[in-house]
Amino acid sequence: MSGRAGTWVLRGYVLLVFAFVFAPIVMSLIFSFNADRFPTIPLGGFTTHWYATIFADDGFWRAARNSLVVSACTCILATALGFCTAYSDYRYRFRGQGAYLGIILLPPTIPLIIMALAMLAWFSRVGISGQVYSVVLAHTVLTAPFAMAIIRLRLERMDASLEAAAWNLGASEWRAMREVILPFCRPAILSSLFLTAAISFDEFTVAWFVSGLNKTLPVHVLEIVQGTIDPQVNAIGTLVFLVSMTLVVLAQLMIFFRIQRSAP
Amino acid sequence: MKPRLNAYALTFRLPILIWQALFFLGPLLFMIAMSFFLVRNYRMEEAFVMKNWERMLSRGFVWDSYWYTLGMAALASLTASLLAFPAAFALAFRTSESVRRWAIFLLVIPFFTSYLVRTFSWYVILAESGVINAGLGAVGLGPFTMLNTAFGTLVGYMTLTLPLVVILQTVTLAGIDPSLIQAARNLGCPPWRTIPSVVLPAAKTGMVVAALFAFILSFGDFVAPYYLGGSKPPTLPILIIDTTKAGQQWPRAAVVAVIMMVTLFVIAFAAIAFAYRRRASR
Repeated sequence: MSGRAGTWVLRGYVLLVFAFVFAPIVMSLIFSFNADRFPTIPLGGFTTHWYATIFADDGFWRAARNSLVVSACTCILATALGFCTAYSDYRYRFRGQGAYLGIILLPPTIPLIIMALAMLAWFSRVGISGQVYSVVLAHTVLTAPFAMAIIRLRLERMDASLEAAAWNLGASEWRAMREVILPFCRPAILSSLFLTAAISFDEFTVAWFVSGLNKTLPVHVLEIVQGTIDPQVNAIGTLVFLVSMTLVVLAQLMIFFRIQRSAP
Repeated sequence: MKPRLNAYALTFRLPILIWQALFFLGPLLFMIAMSFFLVRNYRMEEAFVMKNWERMLSRGFVWDSYWYTLGMAALASLTASLLAFPAAFALAFRTSESVRRWAIFLLVIPFFTSYLVRTFSWYVILAESGVINAGLGAVGLGPFTMLNTAFGTLVGYMTLTLPLVVILQTVTLAGIDPSLIQAARNLGCPPWRTIPSVVLPAAKTGMVVAALFAFILSFGDFVAPYYLGGSKPPTLPILIIDTTKAGQQWPRAAVVAVIMMVTLFVIAFAAIAFAYRRRASR
């Protein structure tokens, strides 16, 4: 692949890949305003009927509230755990550090369906299954690795002598944490909050297994999809997309631009 | 530095250990134990019997499902790698830094949109009376059956894995020292040979890791084979769901889950060993 022609062919191919990746997202947006019950080309008339349907549905609101509660609690817990782990790894050298990191980083490599079954079985055995907080406990395990990774990357950029300087000036470890480490990690912490909230907001496999009757929004969608072709799904999908995107864009703004600005 | 193990150090080190022990390792170990439990009168009893294992391993449909899932995940991993490569190559070598950054930013987006909704969208697009067949029908082709086939499943797997594979490959390729390629050119290597003999060996680790991620994600996904593949035949994740939700046969579902974990462990280990193996001295 050389020369101008090759380059243009490659660029065209990149656009094709992007078209494949974004086709279902764009289609779902378009179909959410399409009047036909079974969406196809040519499009039917414009309607907001599907949005009206979901807004009038108690099940939707209950699920949406559960999802908000779950992702809010999850993002705080996961970020706190991720921060503690990232800081431990940054500051200390100890025996078994590899295994220590393995334990937090492992969950995303295990298929969600396996985690779902394992958590359902264990939570039922211990008697903490089928509640909204069950989903929070599970999602925290699944999202903490991402929080840890983001905050660890931020700490990597910190001058190690900053903390030591604070100690030499008489600050206790706790005070150095409060006045040096935490402020330095703030963009990463914010970014981690948004990102883990977004992941939790979209997760449905584990949530489906452990939530019992306290469905979250993606589980609600899963149950609609299992029934019939219902364009409601497109409307919910579009709303969920807006929420997730807001969170992710905020997270990325924190990662990309805040770090760049504060870099020397 | 004050590397002492005091209350301060423990405050930061212990929480994750306790949390993962309770809610990550606990469930996994319990699930393994559960595969030896007994089910009597629809109630699970804690026991240590091989019954579930014997039953599941002697069933033909379990093995059919196993090889089908393995084959489809391998196909998805290969397809995603091949489809992603030209795009990653273009993004790494034929675009500016800022375009690459934007491309990666965009490719992260689908990761945070509902995979379920995207699959539903494909369902509508691929259906007999869907968008693609309507378009093809306008020029006198089709209709083609794409739903409830292996092709449908593969489209779903690509939806799940392609963005990630493109990102990982792009980052890998962009990390190759360009002077390596320039040197090959200067030494008379024709352009079409630089990819197999310079670019791919230099990018091996990242390429294999990307393919491995695609494999793991596809292997564990139930949405694509269920909604787009029509569950014909059911993959292992679908088997877990059916066994858990319908029959209350949790121990048998645990057997399938443990088989999946062992398989993934072996494949991941082999792939990583291969990815990091140094090339024999030339």
